[in-house]
Amino acid sequence: MGSASSLLTQYDIEEVQEHCNKIFSQQEIVSLYQRFCQLDRNAKGFISADEFLSVPEFAMNPLSQRLLKMVDGLNFKDFVAFLSAFSAKASMHQKIELIFKVYDSDCNGKVSFNDILEVLQDLSGSFMSDEQREQVLSQVLQEAGYSRGSYLLLDDFVKVFGKSGLKMEVEVPVD
Amino acid sequence: MEKKDSSSQISENVSHATTGDAQIVPQNMGKLNSSSSELDLDRPNLEDYLPIGSIPEPRGKLRLRDFLDISPTLTEAAGAIVDDSFTRCFKSNPPEPWNWNIYLFPLWCFGVVIRYGVLFPVRVLVLTIGWIIFLSSFIPVHFLLKGHDKLRKKMERILVELICSFFVASWTGVVKYHGPRPSMRPKQVFVANHTSMIDFIILEQITAFAVIMQKHPGWVGLLQSTILESVGCIWFNRSEAKDREIVARKLREHVVGVDNNPLLIFPEGTCVNNHYTVMFKKGAFELGCTVCPIAIKYNKIFVDAFWNSKKQSFTMHLLQLMTSWAVVCDVWYLEPQNLKPGETPIEFAERVRDIISVRAGIKKVPWDGYLKYSRPSPKHRERKQQSFAESVLRRLEEK
Repeated sequence: MGSASSLLTQYDIEEVQEHCNKIFSQQEIVSLYQRFCQLDRNAKGFISADEFLSVPEFAMNPLSQRLLKMVDGLNFKDFVAFLSAFSAKASMHQKIELIFKVYDSDCNGKVSFNDILEVLQDLSGSFMSDEQREQVLSQVLQEAGYSRGSYLLLDDFVKVFGKSGLKMEVEVPVD
Repeated sequence: MEKKDSSSQISENVSHATTGDAQIVPQNMGKLNSSSSELDLDRPNLEDYLPIGSIPEPRGKLRLRDFLDISPTLTEAAGAIVDDSFTRCFKSNPPEPWNWNIYLFPLWCFGVVIRYGVLFPVRVLVLTIGWIIFLSSFIPVHFLLKGHDKLRKKMERILVELICSFFVASWTGVVKYHGPRPSMRPKQVFVANHTSMIDFIILEQITAFAVIMQKHPGWVGLLQSTILESVGCIWFNRSEAKDREIVARKLREHVVGVDNNPLLIFPEGTCVNNHYTVMFKKGAFELGCTVCPIAIKYNKIFVDAFWNSKKQSFTMHLLQLMTSWAVVCDVWYLEPQNLKPGETPIEFAERVRDIISVRAGIKKVPWDGYLKYSRPSPKHRERKQQSFAESVLRRLEEK
């Protein structure tokens, strides 16, 4: 009559903790493991895109398709690492890095005008026209001192977000 | 509004290939239900239940920073990955282990021997006897009393109640019924929260309800089409859009009949684990009848009565119940409710859900149980996209 938590030894948990820079406590990792097993219906050791989409709240998210590219097929360690950016203990830099990765869909280390446009398209769907989106985007880019042709690097993101806090926290329920 | 709503849904169900999502009317999209899924003849509208504006709206001039800041959306997504109320509704609860130490373990083993070695065979015997009695009287009654409809119906009713009592006895059902027993009269429907098919058996042993149920495969299906048909039960196939129309029509016919058995509907449309209630389908609430709520709460002390139909066949579920010590539950027949003037069927359904949840002590969640079988329709996402787009455009004008 063992529950999922007892399958993880101290070693396992510490290994996962190392992997996410000790951002999660042992308790939190046990909770996340239970959740991971719950989502991994077929017990394959990773969560497929389809299994993520079985969570309606996730499937309804405008960015779900984009996020799926990042989380599809994650094993437990990477699953925890992905979520660690949402911890209250994660650094501002780590959070910005994650946001950057969402924009940088081709993973070439820079974000072009079109990359941002695509995200904007996911977020606004059919409720803004292509012209509107382009117009808005060129305008804000210009005001911030960039142009249509410029690429934004991670450092630019850090600069743009500046010191003001980023509210991006998800609490892991521990029972 | 209501009239238009339902007719547009039916027409859409007939030609459900249309992607009705493009024609969402921006000023009033909460009410106009237009989704392309074929499952939703009476699917409630999520937006009517979800809190509005979950993403706090920033004000002032639009800057690049605000633009790149997709953290609210990401946070929502991550929150859903970490924990979501929908999955929780359908989680079986593992029994609390209490056999963990050396003193209790032999006791537990002794219990296992009793449960499987003594109780289980006795219960199988009880159930077999029940079936023999039932079949040996049901078959003659059904075929010999063809001419005497009234008498036949009455006998069949009693016999169905009898076999259900045998079922309840076969898991030593300790059921406490509170409130007045339902009487037979037209223009009323009973609605109850749904945890397992045994809900039906427990309610049926007191009153021969006619129930709306999904068509099951195997021996349950056989029972449905032979015996339960005689008490006026109505079957449908969840995936067949045409069935739903037929059911809706049968429903309306059934409730006006004077001599029909009282109608029982599980408006959640799916089994939930008795800790939560999911949204009620509005079908039962727009028949123009008095709605009598029934709350059912299981005590998990011996066994979890939740039937996780994706993991377990009904036979396995019954075996699990028959090898446990007892099934303990409370049934409350609650105050009949009527549609208040100016109330929509959805609001009415929510009010009844409130009454049931409070009585049974279970939590309400704003989810449609059918999401177990299908993905949410794109309109839920569109709602978010719309509010995002509006806020961007508004702030653009402000400057």
